[in-house]
Amino acid sequence: MSDALSTAAVPADASARRRRGLWWRARRHPTVAVGLAVLAAIVLATACAPWLAGHDPLFVDPMARLKPPLGAHLLGTDALGRDVWSRTVHGGRVSLVIGFAVAVTATGVGLLIGLVSGYNRIADAVLMRCMDGLMAIPTILLAIALMAVLKASLTTVVIAITVVEVPRVVRLVRGVVLSVREQPYVEAAVVAGSGFGRILLRHILPNTLAPVIVQATYIGAAAILIESLLSFLGAGTPPEVASWGNIMAEGRTYFLVAPWIILAPGLVLAVTVLAINLVGDGVRDMLDPRFARRL
Amino acid sequence: MKRIGLLGVAALAALFAFAAGPAGAQNKIVIRSVPIGNLKIVDPIWTTAYITRNHAYMVWDTLFALDADNKPQPQMVDTWNVSADKLTYTFTLRDGLKWHDGGAVTAADCVASLKRWGAKDGMGQALMGYTAALEPVDAKTFRLVLKQPIGFVIDALAKIDSNVPFMMPERIAKTDPNQQITEVIGSGPFRFVAEEWVPGSKVVYEKFKDYVPRKEPPSQAAGGKVVYVDRVESIYMPDHGVAMAALASGELDLHESPATDLLSLVEGNPDVVIVPNDKLGYQLFMALNHLYPPFDNKAVRQAVLWGLKQEEFLTAMTGDPKRFTVCAAVYGCGLPNESQAGTEPLLHPDPDKAKSLLQAAGALGAKIALMDQTDNDVHRAVLVAAQALRRMGFTVEVVAMDWSTLIQRRASKAPPEQGGWNVFLTNATVTGIANPLIHNFVKNCDQAWYGWACDPRIVEAGRQWALETDPAKQRQLIDELQRLHMENVTYVPLGMYRPTIIYRKELSGIIPAPAIFYWNIKKKI
Amino acid sequence: MWAYIARRVLATIPVLAIVALVVFSILHVAPGDPAALIAGDQATPEQIAAIRGKLRLDLPLYQQFALWLGNALHGDLGTSIFSNRPVAALFLQRLEPTVALAVMTTIIAVLLAVPVGVLAAWRAGSLVDRGVMGVAVLGFAFPVFVVGYILIYVFAMKLKILPIQGYRPIADGFWPFLQHLVLPSLALGLSFMALIARITRASVLEVLGQDHIRTARAKGLPARRLLFDHALPNAAVPIVTIIGVGVALLLGGVVVTESVFAIPGVGRLVVDAILSRDYPVIQGVLLIFSLTYVVVNLIVDLVYVAIDPRIRY
Repeated sequence: MSDALSTAAVPADASARRRRGLWWRARRHPTVAVGLAVLAAIVLATACAPWLAGHDPLFVDPMARLKPPLGAHLLGTDALGRDVWSRTVHGGRVSLVIGFAVAVTATGVGLLIGLVSGYNRIADAVLMRCMDGLMAIPTILLAIALMAVLKASLTTVVIAITVVEVPRVVRLVRGVVLSVREQPYVEAAVVAGSGFGRILLRHILPNTLAPVIVQATYIGAAAILIESLLSFLGAGTPPEVASWGNIMAEGRTYFLVAPWIILAPGLVLAVTVLAINLVGDGVRDMLDPRFARRL
Repeated sequence: MKRIGLLGVAALAALFAFAAGPAGAQNKIVIRSVPIGNLKIVDPIWTTAYITRNHAYMVWDTLFALDADNKPQPQMVDTWNVSADKLTYTFTLRDGLKWHDGGAVTAADCVASLKRWGAKDGMGQALMGYTAALEPVDAKTFRLVLKQPIGFVIDALAKIDSNVPFMMPERIAKTDPNQQITEVIGSGPFRFVAEEWVPGSKVVYEKFKDYVPRKEPPSQAAGGKVVYVDRVESIYMPDHGVAMAALASGELDLHESPATDLLSLVEGNPDVVIVPNDKLGYQLFMALNHLYPPFDNKAVRQAVLWGLKQEEFLTAMTGDPKRFTVCAAVYGCGLPNESQAGTEPLLHPDPDKAKSLLQAAGALGAKIALMDQTDNDVHRAVLVAAQALRRMGFTVEVVAMDWSTLIQRRASKAPPEQGGWNVFLTNATVTGIANPLIHNFVKNCDQAWYGWACDPRIVEAGRQWALETDPAKQRQLIDELQRLHMENVTYVPLGMYRPTIIYRKELSGIIPAPAIFYWNIKKKI
Repeated sequence: MWAYIARRVLATIPVLAIVALVVFSILHVAPGDPAALIAGDQATPEQIAAIRGKLRLDLPLYQQFALWLGNALHGDLGTSIFSNRPVAALFLQRLEPTVALAVMTTIIAVLLAVPVGVLAAWRAGSLVDRGVMGVAVLGFAFPVFVVGYILIYVFAMKLKILPIQGYRPIADGFWPFLQHLVLPSLALGLSFMALIARITRASVLEVLGQDHIRTARAKGLPARRLLFDHALPNAAVPIVTIIGVGVALLLGGVVVTESVFAIPGVGRLVVDAILSRDYPVIQGVLLIFSLTYVVVNLIVDLVYVAIDPRIRY
């Protein structure tokens, strides 16, 4: 592959050439395109849920319970006779919203704390100890404990998972800030009299964006998975709300006789996580000039 | 480094091979079973939870017990008599009754145990209310002196359902009834192996070698409790599918409450037996809060009766029509006190009529808070209820919580918006609701259960029934009670369903009863 | 170096303090009254008050915290509200299955993931790379319980070659012990495979791009020697890190796996405790878990100093 060429020829002129370089690299990463396409398809499908679903996801019909797929119901029904296809599509909205919300909030909060931490030594000492402390508690357990004290709702699930994911973002951002601060051009800017805010905005922030965006995609995928684990253990989204995790949690008992209840949302969840990961990997590879070459 | 690696692997292999042999002669006969729930509370007087009751039957014994015809028979009691004026009951214990930690069972132990039970249990409280004195006479005899003659002394002592009057050592029975006991020492056919208890996972019982069973053959909870196995391991498995698969493959011997939908996995399996061990099963019911709108309005409550289809609820609970019975009788169907008075709305539901009745009562769109115990299988029925109530025209808010939170919150008389409630669903064993005296859930006014229904006529009719001895008059009173319950809508019966148990064919001798008794069970090896 | 070690050890103390604070505060700022829960629904207000006194819930929060922490440092983690057993005893009783599961899972994950990661790095950019990494991520993309159920269905029900659930202590024989651990470790291990494979790949790639490798190649060193004698040892450092980080993730993943396979481990203990608000157990076990994580990371850091001569603090 001719990646060796792409890395060697870093254009001299910043903006336009950089953009061309990026686009060029994008075409050499088909997996990003695949990932994006799959993700877009899933997002679109869930956005169109009310029209796509066909049945009311909450409609309980005990007489039609545990019907297999490819009958009156595309993906069968669950233990209360609710349409699995419809619930999966509607559940996708909830799970994707949670994933997105957590990704945005965790990176936002993490960015803020990380910037402060990287810039101020005292704040750093305090904040990093706090983050280390939070990271020391196993993820799922911290999330369950938080859910146990908060009343279960979409918002609290997002909060719980965000709290769990923030420390890693903070660590990442702080690392970038610390390394950028040492760069000569930042020192030059300081000497030249640039204000704190300017340095932050012009020099530090842009450098944090790339890794943070990549991290954000991984956090989104992780959030969707964590939500499913929380719901499985009974500490996730409230039962009235259909999310992929909830559908699987309720279908748990019936796996051996009605596997479609778990497999439908499970498969879609896995594909979504996979797609997000492909996009994340691809974006990371694109933004990393030291992308690997074949020996 | 490579050499160390090889040596290391070799050493490990040797170590593992050494440890490979089985730990010791395991010739004990062990039954591995899955209980109906997770044993958290070991005190059967402090809680009415069935898992605790089932556990208690292993290690504690009772003075009297109900036989297969639901008639009281003496169990720990050898002989007893009633004085001519019907006020004094004298009981003499059998010979050879011992506690698990040594020491003989004495009358003092029994008196203390009865007092503790009488402080907590509804029927026990009623009995104590009529009791003038309860005291030991000598080491094996004690007497109960009443204030006035009543007909249910032996019935109370033979009570099979929670709270069962189990006999405990005096020092344990002296524990405050509102605190849990910590020691599990009894005189029953099994002893609790405390060192091997893994809370949340495994409870171990071993045969109590010094237990002296009665001579009669076993009959429900009565008769001789002969144990034919050495050990019972009660393994709590949260995952029904895994439990079913484990039973099918022989890793488990018995499952006390399998998921009915999974029975198809073992139905064709020649090694597995499926039986509905408790022929009566459970009654599902809905409790309404009479204190606050909209259910403080009798017309609204009556409208609800028309809007619920029992079949939907029961199908959601068990799936298989063979295992449920549509039944609106407060005291159970197929039982002596079955009555059909006032049951028409429930047996011929008409949601449209319900809606128009609701409208007429001015409660269309009324907001109600429905409590949902998400960690309990009644949760399915709750979701059906939510939909049915919405179909009628209510605005339903489903409040999710776990069961232990629900049992706290249902005790609250606060308004629904401030931590109270309007509706919840639960179940009760049919044996536990068979007559007006033991049916705690429909008591009214002073003794009202959660929902706080109050119709003084019901209280009066109930009191008369307890004192009535003429069966014809009792029958009339039962019909009257049923009619009044339906008119005032004390609660809403939603039908009866029968759970099944499954076990491997190596087991035999399982006694039909509301709880699984492990005496009399033989295991072929 | 000793100064570094000493500093590193001292640095864990504030972290542990934060952990203790977090663990304690999460539970005590929760709504709901634990005393009422314990007293039961028939209790009178006096009985509830008595239980509050017994549990010291009537003291101000900071005093309760000091009391709890003081006891914890002496090894007394309190008593479970429901089973009335000491938390430490409950924990020790259930430790063996969880440790066994964690160790087996790590072994399986490493055994599967490292070759995968190396292969992907060796053939970086090609279809093999994408394909292999894709399959690895698939293990991670499916929630652990879905993987677990599928494994149970295939291996235990259809093929009938492995037990479905439960745990046999190693004292009861090594083969039963191993047999019962295979499926759960595989289910959980597949989850971690992706992470380890990814790090291995990145790290090996990094090393392979370096000059000394290019030189060795130019000198005509065969590929296998290149990989095993030069690339892998240098790539070992980040791989060891991830195993350290993996411990934290593992402790979380173990929870769900134990629930599916009915393994009586610490994971289930703490989840049951959280769902039933058994505060002493929750606090005690979370504290121990976090302590474990901190200690493991400490050891990892110290191992770095030992194996990587370039690291000097």
